Amino acid sequence: MDFFQGMADNFSNLWTIIGDLTVTGLTQGAIYALIALGYTLVYGVLQLINFAHSEVFLVGAFGSVMVWGWLGYSSGAAAVPPLLVVIGMLLLGAVTASIFSGGTALIIERVAYRPLRRKNAPRLIFLITAIGASVAISEIVGLLVDRKVVSTPALVHQKFQVWFDPSDIGLNINSFGITNLQIGIVLCAIGMWLALDLFLNRTKFGLGIRSVAQDEDTAALMGVNKDRVIMLTFLLGGLAAGVAAVLYNLKFPQITFDMGFLLGIKAFTAAVLGGIGNLRGALVGGLVLGLVENWGAGFFGNDWMNVTAFVVLVVVLMFRPTGILGDSLGKARA
Amino acid sequence: MLLEIEDLNVHYGRIQALHGISLTVDEGEIVALIGANGAGKSTTMRAISGLRRASAGRILFGGDDITRMRADRRVVAGISQAPEGRGIFPGMTVLENLTMGAYTRKDKAAVAADQQRVFELFPRLAERRKQPGGTLSGGEQQMLAIGRALMSRPKLMLLDEPSMGLAPMLIRQIFDIILEIREQGTTILLVEQNAQQALSRADRAYVLETGAITRSGSGSDLLVDPAVRDAYLGVA
Ligand SMILES: Nc1ncnc2c1ncn2[C@@H]1O[C@H](COP(=O)(O)OP(=O)(O)O)[C@@H](O)[C@H]1O
Ligand SMILES: [Mg+2]
Repeated sequence: MDFFQGMADNFSNLWTIIGDLTVTGLTQGAIYALIALGYTLVYGVLQLINFAHSEVFLVGAFGSVMVWGWLGYSSGAAAVPPLLVVIGMLLLGAVTASIFSGGTALIIERVAYRPLRRKNAPRLIFLITAIGASVAISEIVGLLVDRKVVSTPALVHQKFQVWFDPSDIGLNINSFGITNLQIGIVLCAIGMWLALDLFLNRTKFGLGIRSVAQDEDTAALMGVNKDRVIMLTFLLGGLAAGVAAVLYNLKFPQITFDMGFLLGIKAFTAAVLGGIGNLRGALVGGLVLGLVENWGAGFFGNDWMNVTAFVVLVVVLMFRPTGILGDSLGKARA
Repeated sequence: MLLEIEDLNVHYGRIQALHGISLTVDEGEIVALIGANGAGKSTTMRAISGLRRASAGRILFGGDDITRMRADRRVVAGISQAPEGRGIFPGMTVLENLTMGAYTRKDKAAVAADQQRVFELFPRLAERRKQPGGTLSGGEQQMLAIGRALMSRPKLMLLDEPSMGLAPMLIRQIFDIILEIREQGTTILLVEQNAQQALSRADRAYVLETGAITRSGSGSDLLVDPAVRDAYLGVA
């Protein structure tokens, strides 16, 4: 009885705060989407779920916080620096995180996967190695930070950029706003997706990646060096994860060495939800996942956030096994 | 000699597919390799292009030992292949497939000219340049596979069963174009189950049986060889 009464209350509650839930969901979803791009790229080329990709993100997050810390911007409480400094710090953070994340991705490929590929190891072995690499990296980060929670600096002065009041048009919804940071995060995700999409479809490197995704033997007959394509793929995924890491640092006050696990699973879910192997699917999947889990949290209560996310995944896959948009990088792979 | 294969062995796991085959292809020749299904023809092609490692023996190309060279380097060295089943990238347009053929080249202007030449050889492809490779008919895909193999400006072109699944008229047309490609200066090693066409068009040919070469000679000699006629030409 209480549960149903609670749901009914929550429903009217959800409705009034739907604006906030939607904005928060899209922002969180944008970060999922950026990480999901890495899962989907590697899967498209190698049909491999790189479970260590969450740690590619993790290392970027800690790397940028570390460099900011060296420059004196460490804890959350400090006053927000002047605009020019903020821009400089953001660029520096992005470059640092990209180097850390991209580098980690390349090292994982080189150390964990390439030797297995050379030996034509079965799929299952890759999966176990991936999980091993993931645990190892997060534990190493844990050792380096004494397994402590690390605060991120408050670099961006968050303020509402736009403000909606739906009661103006007769809707019984609380007024809500969108902050500069939220807009920035969503735009970054869309920008990164666009850049990757152009890179894949308009450049020769992109053509090489797509050729290996579609038919690796024939790609070799065209003179494509598969190892180089694979490295490039891991690097691109790493760069997107690096951008995600910086945005995460701006949005959330703290990071921990073990945060990659759940975030990685969420981003992987987003990739599958949208259609793994499909870049646009990663974007759509991330945004949908962020929305759905925040609406779910509003409807059922915060404890139900993750449950909602995975129930939606299962339901979508039941009706569309290839995800919302299906597979495209390796289109019609035989 | 452009291509020399000496005592080549190739294994798939424990199964040995090639048992010490030797063959040569001279510059400007069309050489055919005929044999029944499963004889090892495609395996030979894959070994030459580097998709399959030799477990013993040597492959020389233009006098250089390429036995251990990576597949992508062999394209740069001058070997290209239209593989069995054509290997068209289904999600790429006709133009993109052709661009893939020129993947190793940097001379953009010359690549554009070669693309034009492919369109002249195969006007059908020009009409369909924006169409995804996966939506082409079998004959069009074969034309695309051959055109794409030309795009690297190969010294040696390997064609694995170009007539597979095509109507007789189309087969004749494809073979006419193969002759034309040779006239323009590309050496050709051709694998065929369609022995009649292959032998009548080739300068020389080899017969492959369960991984070993059992006969060789000029195309016209093999065409009248009773054993070959019996086994591969469906006439006694
Ligand atoms: N990928 C493979 N794995 C195991 N055996 C193979 C593989 N490909 C070919 N073979 C075997 O090698 C032999 C030669 O095959 P192939 O070269 O494809 O013959 P052909 O092209 O003359 O029909 C056959 O016995 C075939 O079963
Ligand atoms: Mg064959």
